[in-house]
Amino acid sequence: MKFTIVLHAAPYTSQASLSALRFAQAALAAGHEIVRVFFYYDGVHNSNEFSVAPQDEFDLVKAWSSLLQTHGIDAVTCVSSAMKRGIVDEREARRHELRGHNLQAPSVLSGLGQLVDASMASDRTISFGA
Amino acid sequence: MTSTPVPRQLTFISRHSPYGSARARAMLDMVLAAAVFDQKVTLIFMDDGVLQLHKHQAGAVIGAKDLGAALGVLPLYDIQQVYVDAQSLQARGMRHDDLAIAAEVCDSARITRLIQEADAVFTL
Repeated sequence: MKFTIVLHAAPYTSQASLSALRFAQAALAAGHEIVRVFFYYDGVHNSNEFSVAPQDEFDLVKAWSSLLQTHGIDAVTCVSSAMKRGIVDEREARRHELRGHNLQAPSVLSGLGQLVDASMASDRTISFGA
Repeated sequence: MTSTPVPRQLTFISRHSPYGSARARAMLDMVLAAAVFDQKVTLIFMDDGVLQLHKHQAGAVIGAKDLGAALGVLPLYDIQQVYVDAQSLQARGMRHDDLAIAAEVCDSARITRLIQEADAVFTL
């Protein structure tokens, strides 16, 4: 089965991000396909490379990057949600003359159309942090 | 691109109040994005989400954009399938006359069917 995963919640604030990650791992392990992970609303914080986890805690943000890269999963961070929460890629940083950029690979900044597009190509769309 | 030309039934359930969090507005953005993609869009308001439809809102008083007014764009995006959960409305002392936009008040059995008919359901 093909899944689109939408994550609305920030890491560490609620269980949603870890649940979504574990769902993704389980789906892949069962042979399913993840068409796209879409980080929306507070979920964009899961793609903030500047997030630093304490040494004795699970690094949720790095775990997302690792999962997405290992399995070659397409990941989109909503640009309008991200910009106002201080998550920018190199291009936006340059355009707004910011001192750094922090969008974590493999996520790319794009719009809500990418969520609709993925959902149209999936059998199921699963939301976390709603 | 992974697009397919077949329009799908995308159903959105909005269940948070218009102010206090940005959920309601972020949900509206999702709904409008789906409509732009020429999908069949159904929008359901339930729980505190019904407060978004209240005719008498004054978001500007707290420095917020008026969400009731923002929902007025739905017909412009050709979104006609708008439903309101009767029980949620009644529990908040609201009536059909209080609604700022055209919407069908329905029972929970109808909402169950709407969810069953959907290709994808979005909540936020």
